[in-house]
Parts: sequence; C-alpha cells; structure tokens
Amino acid sequence: MKLTLHVWRQKDAQTQGEMVDYTLDSVSEDMSFLEMMDVLNQQIIEAGDEPIAFDHDCREGICGMCSMVINGQPHGPQQGTTTCQLHMRSFKDGDSIYIEPFRAKGFPVVRDLMVDRSAFDRIIQSGGFVSVGTGAAPDGNAIPIRKEEADEAFNAATCIGCGACVASCKNASAMLFVSAKIAQLDRLPQGKVESKERVRSMVVQMDEEGFGNCTNTGACSAECPKGISLENIARMNRLYLQSSVSPT
Amino acid sequence: MAFSGLFLILFLTQHMTINLLSVVDSLRLNIFGAEESNLFNQAAYFMGNNPVVQFALQPVLIAGFMLHMLMAFVLQAKNAAARPDGYQYGNKARAYNWASMNMLITGGVVIGFLGLHFYDFWIPEITAKYVTGKAHIGDSPATEAILADVNRFYPELVHRMKYPWRVAIYCVSFVLLGLHLNHGFQSSFQTTGVSQGKYVAGIKKASIAFAVIVPLMFIVVALVHFFIS
Repeated sequence: MKLTLHVWRQKDAQTQGEMVDYTLDSVSEDMSFLEMMDVLNQQIIEAGDEPIAFDHDCREGICGMCSMVINGQPHGPQQGTTTCQLHMRSFKDGDSIYIEPFRAKGFPVVRDLMVDRSAFDRIIQSGGFVSVGTGAAPDGNAIPIRKEEADEAFNAATCIGCGACVASCKNASAMLFVSAKIAQLDRLPQGKVESKERVRSMVVQMDEEGFGNCTNTGACSAECPKGISLENIARMNRLYLQSSVSPT
Repeated sequence: MAFSGLFLILFLTQHMTINLLSVVDSLRLNIFGAEESNLFNQAAYFMGNNPVVQFALQPVLIAGFMLHMLMAFVLQAKNAAARPDGYQYGNKARAYNWASMNMLITGGVVIGFLGLHFYDFWIPEITAKYVTGKAHIGDSPATEAILADVNRFYPELVHRMKYPWRVAIYCVSFVLLGLHLNHGFQSSFQTTGVSQGKYVAGIKKASIAFAVIVPLMFIVVALVHFFIS
C-alpha cells in the first residue's frame, strides 16, 4: 500500500519542530507500525538525511518504551495495543498518517518522536516501592490474600508506564499511571503498611513534574494499552483524602 | 470542585422541589378549579424571610458557588499549562462523552443563565429588601405592604414566564445544565473516592437519572407557567 506520512521532526529540545511529509510506496499490511517506521528510516538514510528518532525496545507490548501519537491517538487507532503491536492492516492504501510525539510539559521532546519520560521514574522513586524489610522470598501462601484483591493488584500492576494516559488526557494528567502504582501496592498487605506516606509523596512529585489534573474524562483508561481501570484513580483519591485527614 | 459541586447539587434539588410547588399551584388553580392555592407562596416567603436561610445559608450558597467557579478557572489554567504545545492533528483520544470534555462551556452557559435568573428574581428581591427597601420602608407604606405580602411570589413567577424568549433561554440552559450535571455528579464521586467496585454502576445510573430529571422538572415549571398559568 502507498501511504503519505506526516511526521514530527525536531532536532533537539531547544529547537522548534515541524511536521515533515514523506511518501512510502511499498508498505505491506503485515508489517508492524514500527517496521513501517524502519522502512521509512531506511529510505531517509538512503536519501542522505537524518533518520527519525523514535523509542522502541521489546516490540511485543510489554516494555512500555514505544510511544507516538498516531492520527491523534496514543499508540494509534487499535484499542488495547501498543504502537509496536499495531499492524499496517489497520490502515488503508492511500491513507495519510500523522505521527507526533507524546505531548506534555512533563514529557519534553528529546528529538523527533522521542520524549523524556523520566518524570515517571522520579514519581516511582518518591514512593512507588515497599521499603519494609521483606527478607527472603516467602512461601507463596504464607500471607493469605483474597483472590479478588490479588486479581485487582495484578490488573493494576499490568501498567507498563508507557505514558499513553498522559498523552491522551486533555489535561496531560498522569493520575492513571500514579494511581495504578499506588493501587497495586495498597491492595497487598506488604504495600499497605506505607500507603498513606506513599500516596502523599507520589502525588506531590506528580504535581512537581508539571502534569495536569484529572477531570474524569476517561480518555486515559480508554487509550491505555493495558486497560488500566479508572477505579484506581478513585482509590488514590480516597487514600489521599484519608491521608490528609489522618496522616499516620 | 467535587465537594462544592455536591453542595450545589443539594441546593439544586431543594430549589427544584420548591419550584414544583408552583406547578402544583398552577394545576390546582387552572385545571382543577381551586379558588386558592398558595404552596409556592408559602415556601418562597419562608425562604425569603427566614433569618437562618437569608443570613446563614444564603451566604454559604454564594460562597460555595463562587468557590466552584473560581476553582474551575484555576483548574483550567493549570491544565492548559500542562500541555503547552498541542497536537497538530488534534487530540482524538476516546473519551466518555462530549460533556466531560466541555465542562467549561456548559458551566459558562449556566453562569450566563444565572445572570438572567438573578436579573429576573434575586437582584430585585435583594434590592427591595435590603437596599432601597430599607430606606423607604419607614416612609412608604406601599413598599412595606408589597414586601410583606405573602402571596406576591406566584404572580411574579408567572409574569416572568409569559415571555417566549425567556422560556426558550430557560429551556436551552437547563439542557446544558443537564449535560454539566451528568458528568459533574458521577465525577464528584470519582474525585472523592466513593466510586469503587459495586457502587460504580449505581453512581452512573443515578447520575444520568439526576441529570435528566432535575433539569426536566425546571423546564416543566417554565412550560407550565407559559402555557397553563
């Protein structure tokens, strides 16, 4: 299939970027989106230009490295998939595709389609861990946990930290990511111990990174490749209120 | 936002209940042939003259509304700053509904409507009672008598609702209020952390029911007085 691609090109964080148009003539519908980008880069290199920089790693939807906003949607039009899992069969011959980086104050553009998502690392460093001494690996059934709680903790833990929630939110809010990490630990006995301190420090760090506030549009959850539930945000809000009223 | 919004939802329910009394009055007077029906007058007189309502609840209501409005603008400014450069193609992310993405627009229409509503009812009432009224009550028995008349509220309401343009503005505004409420109601439970597990579906249904019934009842009040009273 033949495609017209409009790709955001930006030399570095200090330089103003712009959309640049490219044409690809022989795209197979069996290619993944990132393979199509590889083919485009090959064409650009052969023409003597700088290839397009974009994040990618595992290419099987689990590392959270790939990003890109494709036709206005993080990770593209297919729900519940990352960009690397998106295939060109989702597009038609003759389509125009707009490819942009995730846009948020907390995710500054490094180059082209690459953004700096280290803000998420700093949020995790502020409290997204269990600091109590856990000792050696205990027996799996040493601490009884209700099946429903274990399932929900696991669901929250499936967040790969890609940042699509921020990219899709009209307010560039990171609350789905932060709440998933908080809920994942709060639902388990080992993590519950520090829930109040954790929620306070992670929310403070989230605000310091310049992310927006949640207005409950639900776009984050709808665009999340792992389908993280909005209920995690409600849980985080409840924990934050509780910790504000009773800090210890 | 959530707490002030829930507070305003309570006020709206109370306002609707009193307004519906005027519909009961209208139906009794115009359909069922009653010679007298003063339910709305009595309720309105109580609200307009009870010191607790006037000097305790009314200032709290005004403060709650101002806080809700102020926080909406602060939130909007902070959220706009969180994405200084927008998408060239536009943000096409899937969202729940139009209302959730446009609360500032629906809220703005409600503020505009409140301007008309205050011009119609609240400003003349407050001016007569606490501004000009005070100066003239002593030497103007007519003003004093009008203000003391328990039965003046219903005719004033009916008179206002006899203008088609005003009824049309009221109806359109309440449709947009419904959209604002539909998102705001469920959103407030999400923000306060109540929306969890088995409650989520119920809260969404209650939100839709509230957002349909309350504005519809206000529209019914306007239409009944326009067509029947």
